[in-house]
Amino acid sequence: MLRTLLEGLRSPVTEKVDRGGDPELAALAAKLDRAAQRRLGRSLAIREVDAGSCNGCELEIHALNNAFYDLERFGLRFVASPRHADVLMVTGPVTRNMREGLERTWRATPDPKWVVAVGDCAAGCGVFAGSPACIGRVADVVPVNLIIRGCPPTPMQLLQGLLALLSAR
Amino acid sequence: MTIVDTAYWQEATRCLGVGEVTLLGLWGEPGRIHMAILDDGIVLLDLDCADGRYPSVGARHAPAIRLERAARDLFGLEPIGLPDTRPWLAHGPNPTAYPFLPVDGEGLHQIPVGPVHAGIIEPGHFRFTADGETVVRLEQRLGYVHKGIDHLMHGATLEQAARLAGRISGDSTVAYAFAFASAVEAALGVAPPPRALWLRGVMAELERIANHLGDFGAICNDASFSIMLAHCGILRERVLRGAAACFGHRLMMDGIVPGGVAADLSAEGVAGIRALIDAIRARFPMLVELYDKTASLQDRTVGTGFLSADLARRFGAGGYVGRASGRDFDARRSIGYLPYDQLRFDVPVLTEGDVNARVLIRIKEIEQSLSLLEQMLDRLPPGEVRLAVEPGGRGEGLALVEAFRGDLLAWLRFDENGRIDRCHLRDASWFQWPLLEAAIEGNIVADFPLCNKSFNCSYSGHDL
Repeated sequence: MLRTLLEGLRSPVTEKVDRGGDPELAALAAKLDRAAQRRLGRSLAIREVDAGSCNGCELEIHALNNAFYDLERFGLRFVASPRHADVLMVTGPVTRNMREGLERTWRATPDPKWVVAVGDCAAGCGVFAGSPACIGRVADVVPVNLIIRGCPPTPMQLLQGLLALLSAR
Repeated sequence: MTIVDTAYWQEATRCLGVGEVTLLGLWGEPGRIHMAILDDGIVLLDLDCADGRYPSVGARHAPAIRLERAARDLFGLEPIGLPDTRPWLAHGPNPTAYPFLPVDGEGLHQIPVGPVHAGIIEPGHFRFTADGETVVRLEQRLGYVHKGIDHLMHGATLEQAARLAGRISGDSTVAYAFAFASAVEAALGVAPPPRALWLRGVMAELERIANHLGDFGAICNDASFSIMLAHCGILRERVLRGAAACFGHRLMMDGIVPGGVAADLSAEGVAGIRALIDAIRARFPMLVELYDKTASLQDRTVGTGFLSADLARRFGAGGYVGRASGRDFDARRSIGYLPYDQLRFDVPVLTEGDVNARVLIRIKEIEQSLSLLEQMLDRLPPGEVRLAVEPGGRGEGLALVEAFRGDLLAWLRFDENGRIDRCHLRDASWFQWPLLEAAIEGNIVADFPLCNKSFNCSYSGHDL
């Protein structure tokens, strides 16, 4: 049985990633200066923060860790604490009740740091625009360096976005 | 809908308290409180409370307490006699100033966790009180992802409301859209084309399989058995890719719309799902065997996080939480709706009530869902998949569908212009979250992730 189980993992399912990505994303990434690129090098520690998401974005961010996308092969990994993070990946329209949590997490992340707003809600509040329970976009609460749109963005879109962060020129 | 007086409301509360009936939901709107009860069928009670006050249900039936706290926060309705008067969804200007329950005892210490957790999960706060390694009390504080859904629904167009309903809990987007659309159709007295109903069933079972696979892997991973997560992750990804190929979206968001489904399933789509079923059947039984034969894994799941049958019954616990603790309820069978009332399937029920039982229920449900998919593909009726739906005037509708977590209640009312006047969707998590507090008691702190994942309650679905 062990043999059969290992077989399932051995046959490679890992996806090739086209780093071209979409032009909007490339343009955004290009805005990140060289200094950022030099400091990040080829490795990124990411702390995910759900600031009000419906959890759809979380499912797809999770998928980045499966064998198809295998995020860690690019030197990208999720860390358990903002203290260990270079990048905050923030989802959701920021709710009134998560504002403090997001701000504290941002403050707890050492400089230099970058914020990636993930999903249509993080980018522009999505279907929750106008709710009295929501503050607004992520950019209304903390400075945002890169936006990855989608409802939710697919793992491939997420991967391309993160790689854009690494290859910014 | 039945508009009732205070005496009737209190009699219903008494019946809930003594366990004659089950609470399905309790929600508010300005000047009115609603309660849905499961008796022989679903009974909806409306109580006008012009002065904003009504007799608390939670005073005699604990499962209503959080619902009443939420309705008070959202609509200012004051439940007279509510035992816990702290706010629930409204955190106020100072979110850290929440009066947690007092703890008094020698040698006890507290562990605050969240709202931002270590993993990629939703935010919530868990306040553990421990005696050494043993949890003597868990108190949850939720509401961090409260997005004002009930308020956003008020005055929304049908299209806006349908999209919103599909984004209340992303992992159950199909079930939410299914429940919302069914409530709309009940309000308008229309029936979607048969093919659409069957395609809804196909999407709902794909969603159930994807989530159960994800949970199975994640629960094992929380017991440090990561090979299961790797295998289940591959299978789950195949399901999502199949869904994207057939319905244009990995999670099938907006695939179900009022009046039917957004797009038909092609012949290639049918073949694709059949291939997917074969792929899962080729691999999944080995994973189950691996689970069964790994003593170190069983050592963590068997006997851990016990939930008694009595609590599961009193709280009307839906889904695998209830069915692992002897509560034989599944909206697909117990209420019955198309296409399920024309299909053969078992509703697995166990009585052990531990993490292992909740895992086994998921395993059996994956097998049942694969069989349901096959039956639906074999008998998929031909024809249209969408009926034009034009809400004309006032109307009220209710639906209960089985999401992967358990029964999901949807209620709505149209205004005279055909917009949504009020709409409320109640996730199964409302009644499961409090039970997690009970299930962790007496377990070690290190087993909390395991217990939590075996419940896998929705934060967003609960916080609304």
